[in-house]
Amino acid sequence: MDWAALRVSLWLGAGTIAILLPLGVWFGRLLAVREFKGKLLVEALVTVPLVLPPTVLGFYLLVTFGARSPLGQAFEALVGHSLPFSFQGLLFASAIANVPFVIQPIQRGFEAIPSDVRDAAASCGLTPWQRFARIELPLAWPGVLTGAVLTFAHTLGEFGVVLMVGGNLPGQTRTLSVAIYDRMQAFDDRSAGVMAATLLTISVVTLMTTTALSRRVNPHRA
Amino acid sequence: MRDPALSVSLRQSGPIPLDVEFTCHSGEVLAIFGPSGSGKTTILRSIAGLYRPSHASIRSGAETWTDTDTGTFIPPHRRTVGLVFQEYALFPHLTALGNVMTAIGHRPRTERRSRAEAMLNLVRLGAHASKRPRDLSGGERQRVALARALAREPAVLLLDEPFSAVDRSARRRLQNEIDSLRRTLDVPLVLVTHDFEDVVRLASHVLMLQHGRGVACGPISTLMSRPDLPWLREAVGLGSVFDATVTRVHADRGLVELTFGGGLLLAPARNIVANTAVRVRIPAREIVLATTAPAGLSLHNVLAGAVMAVHIDAAFEGVIVQLAVGDSVMLAEVTRDAIGRLGIGVGQRLHVLIKSVSVELQASDANGAAEDNEA
Repeated sequence: MDWAALRVSLWLGAGTIAILLPLGVWFGRLLAVREFKGKLLVEALVTVPLVLPPTVLGFYLLVTFGARSPLGQAFEALVGHSLPFSFQGLLFASAIANVPFVIQPIQRGFEAIPSDVRDAAASCGLTPWQRFARIELPLAWPGVLTGAVLTFAHTLGEFGVVLMVGGNLPGQTRTLSVAIYDRMQAFDDRSAGVMAATLLTISVVTLMTTTALSRRVNPHRA
Repeated sequence: MRDPALSVSLRQSGPIPLDVEFTCHSGEVLAIFGPSGSGKTTILRSIAGLYRPSHASIRSGAETWTDTDTGTFIPPHRRTVGLVFQEYALFPHLTALGNVMTAIGHRPRTERRSRAEAMLNLVRLGAHASKRPRDLSGGERQRVALARALAREPAVLLLDEPFSAVDRSARRRLQNEIDSLRRTLDVPLVLVTHDFEDVVRLASHVLMLQHGRGVACGPISTLMSRPDLPWLREAVGLGSVFDATVTRVHADRGLVELTFGGGLLLAPARNIVANTAVRVRIPAREIVLATTAPAGLSLHNVLAGAVMAVHIDAAFEGVIVQLAVGDSVMLAEVTRDAIGRLGIGVGQRLHVLIKSVSVELQASDANGAAEDNEA
């Protein structure tokens, strides 16, 4: 059992949620309530990582944020590490790869709120911030929860992007899913089996927790 | 001339055409009446600040809420409006009490709960305070929405098709509730409806709307005694509307005696007590005119009238005769043949014959309560 890899995986999952959730709530809500020019294109771009092979995504991230590119140098100045072969780079790549998993459920969650309900909140004297905190977010909560869980579960299982961008540095960028591949290549079936079972268990527990939580939330919806 | 409590002027050519101007004073009920898609709801949403027409001027008392000429626009949450939505628009994750409390942000925190409870008691939902919207019936939800709108202590109360989604008996009760509220609540009340019965039951003033344009506006009795509203004639038929008081109850005959500006009327009614204020409508088609006093008839009401106008509209078969009956004005629809045969002309004195069963009666207050118990 590669405990360092498990730690990297869990940190990566938690970090990706921490970065994406606030952005996802803001942007998902924006897509749900606003009509603007080019919305269709924006929605398509947001969904692209879902259909793109992870290796393609990894390739473009490396090209765009490579050590010699201007964006790559900006990233290094900001974070202190180059994007390839660092945990920070991996986190960044993971955030990009998970954009559709967090945005789409959150967008659907906000879209499900009838516009009359939003208007009623305004006519009750609630400020835009109060409307968001007291009416919209509680109603869109199941969508937000789904987004977070999908992101976490997807991050744990991500393989292609991790290998392309992060490489396979123990304790740094070697996640559990990469470690499993690594052990299999070394004919260490026992270790691979233990780690695979660990990932499976984490995934099932996560999904069960979500279902239980949304059961508690959903009865509130009329 | 007092300052109008609510004055509205809206104009735009599209996407939803609008061309209306009206005022509504405290204690008045202005019914905006028109077919679906005529822009009624858009007018209410504009008053609440939820829609911004290209040219608008909206004032409530001394406050200017919208003025496109000066670029003034007060956002919806800073307008003290009570808005009741057609489909209630309750907050599904909050209890009835929570819904009402949401509208009391302008009061100190310690007062909010007790005020919300008082509002729910007002609409007789005190026992349902902890229920969520999905556990309430349609009529109950609508009453929560009404309580929520009142809890805001609005300067203007706006009702968007408040009865369209509830069943008949709930509708009756809600109408009574709103009618009694109107008396205690000294604010302008704007009611949007496509149902003429709501208009007759509740309105003191009417704005008729067609394709976003105000085609007629004024006090209900004045407007309903106009012979020249072809659209109204086609939609519901013409008929005069006036207020009357029950002066005697002939329980043995199943009749009540009504006193109005034009004299006395007999109408069939049950469960009604003397001194009740009622709203009366007499359809123009139900009135018979006679040049000599008739005898030996089954009908009860023969009134003296004088012809004010004879209105002929090429689009319609019948002719509308406008009559002064005492201080009231009535409309009678007769054939062209009858006009010629009787030689009816302006100034002529006639006998106005009305079957008692043709007198449509809408009672408020006391009778409302009686019906309520029945239901």
